[in-house]
Amino acid sequence: MDLQTLTYLVVGSTFALYIGIAIWSRAKSTGEFYVAGKGVHPVLNGMATGADWMSAASFISMAGMIAFGGYGASVFLMGWTGGYVLLALLLAPYLRKFGKFTVPEFIGDRYYSQSARIVAVVCLILASVTYVIGQMTGIGVAFGRFLGISYEAGIMAGMGIVAVYAILGGMKGITYTQIAQYVVLIFAYTVPAVFISLNLTGNPLPQLGLGGTHLESGMSLLDKLDLVVKDLGFAEYTTQVAGSSLNMFVYTMSLMIGTAGLPHVIIRFFTVPKVKDARFSAGWALVFIALLYTVAPAVGAMARLNLMETVQVGEVGTVEGNLAYEERPEWFKRWEVTGLLKFEDKNGDGRIQYYNDKNAEFAAKAEGWGWKGNEMVTVNNDIMVLANPEIAGLPNWVIALVVAGGLAAALSTAAGLLLAISSSISHDLLKGVFMPQITEKNELMAGRIAMVGAILLAGYLGMNPPGFAAGTVALAFGLAASSIFPALMLGIFVKRMNNTGAVLGMIAGISVTMLYVFQHKGILFIKGTEFLGDLPANWFFGITPEAFGAIGAVVNFAVAFMVAKVTAPPPEHIQQLVEDVRVPKGAGTASDH
Amino acid sequence: MNETNRSDYWRANVRLVLILLVIWFAVSFGFGILLVEPLNAIQIGGYKLGFWFAQQGSIYTFLVLIFVYAARMNTLDKKFNVQED
Repeated sequence: MDLQTLTYLVVGSTFALYIGIAIWSRAKSTGEFYVAGKGVHPVLNGMATGADWMSAASFISMAGMIAFGGYGASVFLMGWTGGYVLLALLLAPYLRKFGKFTVPEFIGDRYYSQSARIVAVVCLILASVTYVIGQMTGIGVAFGRFLGISYEAGIMAGMGIVAVYAILGGMKGITYTQIAQYVVLIFAYTVPAVFISLNLTGNPLPQLGLGGTHLESGMSLLDKLDLVVKDLGFAEYTTQVAGSSLNMFVYTMSLMIGTAGLPHVIIRFFTVPKVKDARFSAGWALVFIALLYTVAPAVGAMARLNLMETVQVGEVGTVEGNLAYEERPEWFKRWEVTGLLKFEDKNGDGRIQYYNDKNAEFAAKAEGWGWKGNEMVTVNNDIMVLANPEIAGLPNWVIALVVAGGLAAALSTAAGLLLAISSSISHDLLKGVFMPQITEKNELMAGRIAMVGAILLAGYLGMNPPGFAAGTVALAFGLAASSIFPALMLGIFVKRMNNTGAVLGMIAGISVTMLYVFQHKGILFIKGTEFLGDLPANWFFGITPEAFGAIGAVVNFAVAFMVAKVTAPPPEHIQQLVEDVRVPKGAGTASDH
Repeated sequence: MNETNRSDYWRANVRLVLILLVIWFAVSFGFGILLVEPLNAIQIGGYKLGFWFAQQGSIYTFLVLIFVYAARMNTLDKKFNVQED
């Protein structure tokens, strides 16, 4: 069977499975639509959270970022997992005890203010919509490349699938499809990794293979990799930093706080029956996430080594050391067609020279060998995972599985985000602000209509991605870190925090973060409006705009404390509410909405 | 439950959270970033220790921290009789 038929078969059967689950798990009440009736087992919720969290970026892009970023890419590994510690210890159990349906609802009730609730809705929608664009483009690319249909048709197919189970089942349908999607994506991610680890190190566990011995050279795998990249003028893999130590510190902190403040992840913890379950469920979520996140560094390092050795077949500086372009492997040709891999014979010798021509010292030496610049002009991050099975010579069904896994990752995250958006519209804006008297039946209908609207918006933005799509992911984390997380944490841990402090804190946090991002990346990311320029020299202590969310959070905390100190304390019944949120007892009654 | 009990329970909770967050900070920001160079002088198998903490060890530690928290809080809930029915 050829690859395309096989891919259709594998992807088609996973889609049939998702639709089957959707029909089985229709939502009959708002409780089921928003929080799956609070009846999800903590381990299953952990699995669903894993799929909810791990997006197209985690599945497809992260290993590539590690492959080329080396040690510096640790910020993503620590940042995107460490956030769960904050979530489990500081937010999840208390928000579950509060027992409502959405994140803005907590902020509105705790700060006894509709404007606080509306500010939270705006932050939530901004953060979630930017995220959803990334998932939609991921779906379009995966369909387009492997199933031979157009990018637009791919996005429509993805929208259609999400629509079926998200509109029918709401959170309940999403939860059970996410569990299935987790199984598909983790299987698809680990199978090629195990084979590649076996090939290179003889160890089937990629986590151990990464620290194992490279069979061919007898050296440790990481030492071998360090040597190979340094020989070609690249930075040493295990020590290359992202910017500076300070930047890595702040970046990691921003990703951690941002992760803990992302509404589509937080609402997953509203679906478990008890406070106790919310605590354990966060642990299980991290177990399922760690299964991928501890494998990714091995995938990254091994893919980099494979890539370097494919091109540099012999001693550096000898003519035969470089692969002749005519002899390039099949996968190389296949990825050249997509434009994600591009070769340019700068010195016209018919051989591939892949080295770091930005390293002046090495470039001078290379000139002596007749090299005229790096000839691998494009090596896209994303091909590291997608081409991995081909590079390792694995059968076609593994490639088909990887496609299905990438789609599962993108679809599950998109569905979680769409639910966060539609519930904040139908529950927070419609029922909370504009039509408090709405019946449950009508609210459920409104939730479904909001879901349709959110899907159409996401599809439209996916097909016409705004020029700033890539840059806004940084803004999504920045927004969550500098507004939502501090407001939630202060609401639980500081009884004295009042509405003025919280609202001004949120506004100050967002403003500082947006200002910093915009001054370096352009106002609303429009080129030419960046008044300071995206130059390292203009960065505050060398902190990249992507890493600024943590600074925004500090500003939020500081402003909130100062304002709360000089304004009136919150009323008695709010202080009582904080007391109640802090103890698990009585969660059952609190959940009767 | 009376007021002193309630504040004792909360104080024990905050204390536990603080201890766990110190460890959280130490393995990631400490061992993985600030002290990565000296730790890289130590080799564990094929891993430099600082690199291992940054790409593997911190994640395993985070896992342990969350489960320790969940288990300790359950005991604490029972001790102060504030568990769910």
